[in-house]
Amino acid sequence: MSTPAPITVVPRKRRTTELALMAFALGIGLAAYAIVDLNVLGAVSPRFPVVAAVSGVLVVVAHLAVRWRLPYADPVLLPCVVLLNGLGLTMIHRIDLINDPPLAGARQQLIWTVIGVALFVAVVVLLRDHRPLQGYTYTIGLAGVVLLLLPLLPGLGVEKFGARIWIQVGSYSFQPAEAAKVLLSIAFASYLVEKRDVLALAGWRLLGLDLPRARDLGPILLMWLVSLAVLVSQRDLGTSLLFFGLFVMMLYVATERAGWPVLGTLLFAGGAYLGYQLFGHVRVRVGAWLDPFSDYDAYYQVINAQFGMAWGGLLGTGLGEGRPGLTPLARSDFIAAALGEELGMTGLMAIILVYALVVARGLRTALQCREPFGKLLAAGLAFAFALQVFTIIGGVTRLLPLTGLTTPFMSQGGSSLVCNWIVVALLLVVSHQARKPVATVTPLDPDAETTQLVRAPASVGGPA
Amino acid sequence: MNRPIRRVAFVAMLMFALLLANGTYMTLFRTESLAAEPQNRRVRDAEFAQDRGAILAAGKTEIATTGPADDRFRYQRSYPAGSLYAPVTGFYSYDHGSTGVESTYNSQLAGTADALFVRRLIDLATNRAPRGASVQTTIVPAMQEAAAQALGDQKGAVVALDPKTGAVLALVTSPTYDPNDVASHDIEAAGEAYDRLAGRENRPLANRAAREIYPPGSTFKLVTAAAALADGQEPSSKVDSPDELILPGTRTVLPNSTSCGGTSITLTQALKVSCNTAFANLGLELGQDKLREQAQAFGFDQRHLADLNGVASRFPDDLDDAQLALSSIGQFDVAASPLQMAMVTAGIANDGVVMDPYLVSMVQAPDLNPLSTHEPTVLSEAMTPENAQKLQAMMVETVASGTGGNGAIAGVEVGGKTGTAQSDPSRKPFAWFTSFAPAEDPRVAVAVVVEDADIPREDIAGGRVAAPIARAVMEAGL
Repeated sequence: MSTPAPITVVPRKRRTTELALMAFALGIGLAAYAIVDLNVLGAVSPRFPVVAAVSGVLVVVAHLAVRWRLPYADPVLLPCVVLLNGLGLTMIHRIDLINDPPLAGARQQLIWTVIGVALFVAVVVLLRDHRPLQGYTYTIGLAGVVLLLLPLLPGLGVEKFGARIWIQVGSYSFQPAEAAKVLLSIAFASYLVEKRDVLALAGWRLLGLDLPRARDLGPILLMWLVSLAVLVSQRDLGTSLLFFGLFVMMLYVATERAGWPVLGTLLFAGGAYLGYQLFGHVRVRVGAWLDPFSDYDAYYQVINAQFGMAWGGLLGTGLGEGRPGLTPLARSDFIAAALGEELGMTGLMAIILVYALVVARGLRTALQCREPFGKLLAAGLAFAFALQVFTIIGGVTRLLPLTGLTTPFMSQGGSSLVCNWIVVALLLVVSHQARKPVATVTPLDPDAETTQLVRAPASVGGPA
Repeated sequence: MNRPIRRVAFVAMLMFALLLANGTYMTLFRTESLAAEPQNRRVRDAEFAQDRGAILAAGKTEIATTGPADDRFRYQRSYPAGSLYAPVTGFYSYDHGSTGVESTYNSQLAGTADALFVRRLIDLATNRAPRGASVQTTIVPAMQEAAAQALGDQKGAVVALDPKTGAVLALVTSPTYDPNDVASHDIEAAGEAYDRLAGRENRPLANRAAREIYPPGSTFKLVTAAAALADGQEPSSKVDSPDELILPGTRTVLPNSTSCGGTSITLTQALKVSCNTAFANLGLELGQDKLREQAQAFGFDQRHLADLNGVASRFPDDLDDAQLALSSIGQFDVAASPLQMAMVTAGIANDGVVMDPYLVSMVQAPDLNPLSTHEPTVLSEAMTPENAQKLQAMMVETVASGTGGNGAIAGVEVGGKTGTAQSDPSRKPFAWFTSFAPAEDPRVAVAVVVEDADIPREDIAGGRVAAPIARAVMEAGL
């Protein structure tokens, strides 16, 4: 069969569809917020119009920025994120109301959302193309490492829940590892793209694995060791796992050598074993995972999260009708358990699927992208997102031992929220570059908004 | 680079699939066991805030009831008679779970039982607060009061059964407690009350009637006598009754605590004076298998009264002759709950048929429709009617002119047997008495044990302490 004539597919922009989806997502979030008020307080609180107005403005601004600067960007990502952020806010608001007088966690989270969207808009407007980032590989990498190191500085770093991963400036605390995640993803991607040929081709074979020359691998391995050492000394195993997974995955995609994931899995198993032997808190996590009821007091958190989700059952107690306050850290690490309790396993699964949609769109962007840096960056960001969701929700539902990661867009906490908005901005930038018609294509017809412009093949062949 | 990205996408898909599968597994297979965990506050609070059904004694006397409360639980469990029915109802507490019928019938009382599903739906649709079912017990208040009063402060237990049905008519254990203290919504005070009770040396929370076993002493001679009759002996058959018996294979001497009235006496005489050597010889003659078979026919080595989580009484295995001789008179490792001894007497009184004991006769929905009723069931035929009647006559003789005289009631023929048991020489002995009345048509069978009775270590002494208590209960029941 003859190869069909080259086809240029110009994706539809779908910006209006995106707006409709975002309005829908916003509607779900606001309705949930109102239901919480009705169920807990008996009436919609006077703050509701303010919340509705602020989130409405945020949605419109985000949409306009994308419409103006990234018209070809993926239209599904942003609505998914709006939905997740909205439901997260609602849940935090719901947990606020357990206390009397209510806490102001949701207000705080809304402020962080505003900052997150502002940075999102800034990235969308100012960056627009991800490729220039490649010029700053080492600067960005260094910045990432410095951010990771910050909490270790005396006077700046503070220890919370047994992990030294926070810095405190005034009354605001920040988790710099979240920002480091974004920076190091960029640095990894750009470095690996630059070196992929030497990494993949030059080198020697060991036990059926193609290993690169030490000098090619040196800097990145060093960076990885530094970040891991820092994370272990900060005792934040979740982020440690995340960086490791991200690094191995990017190495694999860049070199296309299956030896890397194999080696990575072995290294991970070894590291996990050592961690289990060396750190008491790792043993506590594993114990709580395997048999939580063997020690009620030590595994209190995990057990209560299970109780919450069991209480919610299939359909949930309804927003405001459950008792998520009984689970410690319900607004941060265990927000998935709180959602599972009030929205039921059905609701939690729907949320997991929305996360899956974000990941799928990110990976799709990586596939569509025409140049290696964008491919690697999009794949890395999407995979890190997937790994984070898998680790934290898996931990809360006892699929895995619990690690202290945030639930993207939902957990209370500014650093995570803001950084994830930047991740989405980056994914949209890459997807705009990937989907935008190549410069050689003739300008589109005015009705390109609504019609796919397909240059018909010269001959219509049978099924391929 | 697309090939590795596709593989990465596959891994990501796998991760999400695992999350969903785990969620499904959790909902399907973990929900129930998590809800049943006693530490689950969500379930506990929801149950605590239920209009829990009442527990009733015969004649619709409410012995556990729920009234409105002006706090976050809205309903308060209370026990109008204080400690009187504590061994039956148990308690229903926030931090320390529940016991007794409150525990075994929890789902019915709370209204969460499957049988109440449709009613729950109707309540949901009509926006009515769901109510629990009520549980009707077989306890007769007059007998319960008589038993508690007669036992007084003495450590021990009383069980009265209807021999024809197995219904538990009275069940008292002492010392006891007031379940109201533990059911209080002042969680802290309730917790302190519980800790105080649980820490007390005389164990007021223990259910001595159905959940503790004691050496039955001479009351076990009824089982040995039944085995002898089943083996073809007659009440008039002669048994060797020396003043002392050297236990086979040992140098230990088993003395008689009473004069048996000769060195060769009839079975009737042996029971009447509770002759140790005669029953030891009988046991040796029968062999341990026949004795064990008879004991098991009366219900030993088996748990009874699931309504209160009753424990099994014990007839030991692999006895040598010395141990067999001691076991025949209810010593060595033989141990029985007061409930079990009441079952032995009830079986004899019911012409050999042992009825399965029960405490709950009916569970009634809030609209008074019965959800389930208990039909009396036969546990076993421990004796032939002829042999049972012979043993009845022997027991009547024991009360009329033997060791059991303190159990006699004017104008009513009573059959009974005393016992004094010592588990170890440093402890004060246990006083036992078990009886039935009236002999011609038995309506009550009673077993009484008094722990650490301040009495001489001789056989008739058991009757002095325990028999009047049994008599009081029988009188209340006739």
